[in-house]
Amino acid sequence: MTPRQIIGKIGLWLSVFVIVSPAILFFLWMLSLSLKFEIDNAAYPPVFFPEHIAWKNYADVLASNRFVTYFVNSLIVTGSATLLALMVGVPAGYGIARMSAHKSAIVILIARITPGLSYLIPLFLLFQWLGLLGTLVPQIIIHLVVTVPIVIWIMIGYFETTPLELEEAALIDGATRWQVFRHVALPIAKPGIAVAFILAVIFSWNNFVFGIVLAGRETRTLPVAVYNMISFDQLSWGPLAAAALIVTLPVLLLTVFAQRQIVAGLTAGAVKGG
Amino acid sequence: MSVLTQSTPAAAPSDAAPEKELRPPSYWPFVVPALVVVLAIIIFPWVFTIWMSLNEWKVGSPTTFVGLSNYQRLTSDPRFLEAVVHTIVYTVLSVLLPLVLGTFAAVVFHQKFPGRGFLRGVFIMPMMATPVAIALVWTMMFHPQLGVLNYLLSLIGIPAQLWVFHPATVIPSLVLVETWQWTPLVMLIVLGGLAAIPTEPYESAQIDGANLWQVFRFITLPLIMPFLFIAGMIRMIDAVKSFDIIFAITQGGPGSASETINIYLYSVAFTYYDLGYGSAIAVVFFLLIVLLAAVMLYARQRMVWTEIASDA
Repeated sequence: MTPRQIIGKIGLWLSVFVIVSPAILFFLWMLSLSLKFEIDNAAYPPVFFPEHIAWKNYADVLASNRFVTYFVNSLIVTGSATLLALMVGVPAGYGIARMSAHKSAIVILIARITPGLSYLIPLFLLFQWLGLLGTLVPQIIIHLVVTVPIVIWIMIGYFETTPLELEEAALIDGATRWQVFRHVALPIAKPGIAVAFILAVIFSWNNFVFGIVLAGRETRTLPVAVYNMISFDQLSWGPLAAAALIVTLPVLLLTVFAQRQIVAGLTAGAVKGG
Repeated sequence: MSVLTQSTPAAAPSDAAPEKELRPPSYWPFVVPALVVVLAIIIFPWVFTIWMSLNEWKVGSPTTFVGLSNYQRLTSDPRFLEAVVHTIVYTVLSVLLPLVLGTFAAVVFHQKFPGRGFLRGVFIMPMMATPVAIALVWTMMFHPQLGVLNYLLSLIGIPAQLWVFHPATVIPSLVLVETWQWTPLVMLIVLGGLAAIPTEPYESAQIDGANLWQVFRFITLPLIMPFLFIAGMIRMIDAVKSFDIIFAITQGGPGSASETINIYLYSVAFTYYDLGYGSAIAVVFFLLIVLLAAVMLYARQRMVWTEIASDA
């Protein structure tokens, strides 16, 4: 290796370090906050590695039965909104791709530009009239605003790249459109469906704005629950940080393990919910 | 139309029109369920919002049609006008900083080095993490007495700041969070652009002895311009609409120093329950985003034309 190449290597690793450290340091600090007793969290200069680890912070959060309720709420809302979106969005993406009806994507563009709060005003009234506000149904329905455009958008892009020959052959053999979709197109599209599923889950799980308006005491999802904890115990940072980490941990794990799918999906559609 | 004409033979007895079965049926049935959902949750809310914006519509009192007076009220509402200014400052900073940093990160991640995939996964964690959860931790880090940020500043001799607790520093502090969170998206889009660049220009530049900056400035930058433009557009749309971070950290405070249009819209609609006026804000807000996007598109078009003109 020439000196020039060595300098280049050092420069590259230095750049990588500079770029990645804000993310790494932030999440390490979050972990540190969540594992410290109040005396360490209130210390100045700050304590980075505590002598005594406060596992109790996590135990306290998980032991409160409300937290379990909110976790289940989040699972139900995100799960239902994602599955419903896949059920209507995957066939729609297929239909739009095969009809080359690209103008219909304008609706998705509008959905992408519209601020989430704009949907809330009319739908809030609608749910009030229908008497649904005490249940999880309003949140499941409004999360479709996030999940359906993501799924349709990614599936249009995916079905446009899958080969037509097999489908045409199946049609000539007398298969119906539905059979072609079900037995030929759908199996090939599994990786695309995985991308759509992962992104829909993440952006629905993270959603906050719909919950603060539509959720009651019993129907909060995790982001709303964590937000409400702030006002209650302003100064007990340990349990707060622990709760924040538990809320976002599923998403962080998905990000690291499904990194390739997420990158593919985001660069193809450049979508983001809400 | 096509739905009607093609569903008729299917409804009739199957022996009625055998020759029609040869025509391939349409793909419309695949789209119909999604169409119903989109009509219900995207189109209906829009139409209804426009209707509400023409009414005096408060929760708990009867509604009356008032025409455009909600829109007139907007033009003389100092809090709204202030929110527009905050939104523009916040947006400009939150577009430019991630664009610069994200391009740098993309150039670095375009190189080959061991552990690149994993580190890229780590790098995009801020944008995938639950915004409210990270806002909570940032709030602790911004704490003037106990926060880790002031400690870090003290290490390099900078006096303690009030961060989000002072009107003059609140927007830059929030932009810091926004930049930390969304630089990865710019990186991913630009990285996609870098992957599409041919290698020949680089080879000839190397032969001509160009340095790293020259290569970036005269070869890479012009070639990734379209991608930077897309990234800037998406960033603009998201920064204008930014809600979770601002709401969870400052709720628009201190006072109304960080109140953007979106935060103000929330207060009007769901703190004061003035839904008619809130709807008018929502409509104007949407038009503002469309207008900004159109201006960016127009500027891009002009840039392309001047480039062509200067080449000729």
